[in-house]
Amino acid sequence: MCMRSLAAVVMVLVVVTGYTSSAAQETPNLGRPATPAESAGWDISIPPDGTGLPPGNGTPEQGAVVYTQQCQSCHGEQGAGKPNDQLVGGQGTLTSKSPVRTIGSYWPYATTVFDYVRRAMPYTHSQSLAHDEVYAVTAYLLHLNGIIGPQDAMNAQTLPQVKMPNRDNFMVVYPTKLK
Amino acid sequence: MPQGRSPSQDQVLAEPGAGHGRLDRRVFLKQGIALLGAGSLAAGALTPAGAADPPDTPPWMQFPGAPLSGYGSPATYESNVTRTLIQAQPGTTGSGASRTPLEALDGMITPSGLHFERHHSGIPDIDPAKHRLLIHGLVKRPLIFTVDGLLRYPMVSHLYFLECSGNSRPMYGATPPTLTCGQVHGLVSCSEWTGVPLRLLLEEAGADPNAPWLLAEGADSAAMSRSVPMAKALDDAFLALYQNGERLRPENGYPVRLLLPGYEGNMSVKWLRRLKVMPTPTMTKDETSKYTDLQADGKALMFTFPMAVKSVITRPSPGVTLQGPGLYEVSGIAWSGHGAITKVEVSADGGQTWAEAALSAPVLPRALTRFRTAWQWNGVPTVLKSRATDDTGTVQPTRDALVAAHGTNVSYHYNAIQAWQVEANGEVKNVYA
Repeated sequence: MCMRSLAAVVMVLVVVTGYTSSAAQETPNLGRPATPAESAGWDISIPPDGTGLPPGNGTPEQGAVVYTQQCQSCHGEQGAGKPNDQLVGGQGTLTSKSPVRTIGSYWPYATTVFDYVRRAMPYTHSQSLAHDEVYAVTAYLLHLNGIIGPQDAMNAQTLPQVKMPNRDNFMVVYPTKLK
Repeated sequence: MPQGRSPSQDQVLAEPGAGHGRLDRRVFLKQGIALLGAGSLAAGALTPAGAADPPDTPPWMQFPGAPLSGYGSPATYESNVTRTLIQAQPGTTGSGASRTPLEALDGMITPSGLHFERHHSGIPDIDPAKHRLLIHGLVKRPLIFTVDGLLRYPMVSHLYFLECSGNSRPMYGATPPTLTCGQVHGLVSCSEWTGVPLRLLLEEAGADPNAPWLLAEGADSAAMSRSVPMAKALDDAFLALYQNGERLRPENGYPVRLLLPGYEGNMSVKWLRRLKVMPTPTMTKDETSKYTDLQADGKALMFTFPMAVKSVITRPSPGVTLQGPGLYEVSGIAWSGHGAITKVEVSADGGQTWAEAALSAPVLPRALTRFRTAWQWNGVPTVLKSRATDDTGTVQPTRDALVAAHGTNVSYHYNAIQAWQVEANGEVKNVYA
């Protein structure tokens, strides 16, 4: 009786040990390979160097039309804000009691404007704008903030070269611990 | 680890009180007195007079009760316990935040239905059979996972808090907000999360271990995205599939979310659909124009990931009124994104003297920790405070110190000591003291 239960315990141990040692060496590998086209189709993030910016082009003038139709009801005339975020102005307010954080006064990278507009705007229908429209509305907002000229077209080559006025005022904390 | 600094019952019995001898956790432990919360007092008021008290037989003992049910709900008498201060962006219904009613809860777990919400474009209705997770970028093998596939992986379970980095933002204001504890501090919640270690999936994909960043992206209409340090991804990050034992609630990322223990909440990207291994941060909208910490001098701190040590007394607190002089339990929560809570001190005299509160087990790193202490209130107006210390030795700062260091334009990472003014009539007010 006693021997029999001991044998049972040993058997269980063998099975469990066998399971864990094989699990340590192998993982389930249940992902299927993603094709380049599949990855590219979902890859909508644009870092500051512009990697991944799609073909297309847009000017501030073209962007004004897109903005009036798609953006103005939430962000006000010429990015003045209300009912939602103000997009233009605010320069010189960051040390005041009521800082106004806009694309012009605060955002450190122009590529972020393209990235965010393409992925999330207009609020009621994300990823519905054509790439030309995203470039154009980005150009319009940069122009309203006095960052690019009225004739400056934005595209995969020009956008990453735009230097945002507040870029040097960001201090990276990671990997230092913030106590 | 606490390293024995949280008081054992023996230590508790020997501890002196604070607040001129009025604040003392010994009494409850010694005498085993039932907790005397405002909730229990209020519940007494709900009972129909004379219907259930002895010697009468209560009506619910005289007839069979309600039928069985497929999924339980809170007691109807608790229907006032809901998420609070539900604020959406103008013109939207789902873009905004709702807060956990901290003053109505006890223990360390937040019920899933009361977990705070912060959405950037509403809650997507995702069919798990159609959801996909793509891992690509600097990897040897770009991979696509189904949810069914993820559910077959070895899993881990942990209790972790999530806190929105914008929690307690109203406390940066010039005057103390007249809000409840949950309305001010309720963008923090704690759950048991179960899921797949992210390291496993990154290894399967052959992620470049020298690539320093990972972009995480959600499948909501904002495609909410954040850059995550690879070091964190390979350390304790996991893909959560279960919350408090059941599959994630839609508002918490169903069918799968990233979970980065201790980091500001929005980095634990919900509805996770894509992970891209990157040589640099992507500088997304929510790590540049938002969730960066504007300092008084106009500079902004970026990538301030862990939530710092913090505590708040949940009871008494505004709206949880004292019912005259007597013995009360002061109860609250403490947490730190850097590790475990080792000590919570409570003051009943505005911070002149402090007494160490008892910490309810288990005391876990990066989880809410419940603290309790007994307080004999003599009816005189006073100020209650709590002050937490974590196992890095960091002590929760005063509001004055926090503001002196960072200013009032920060918007994020507010973790200062909370002061509650107790008035002579038992009402509690938020004060800067």
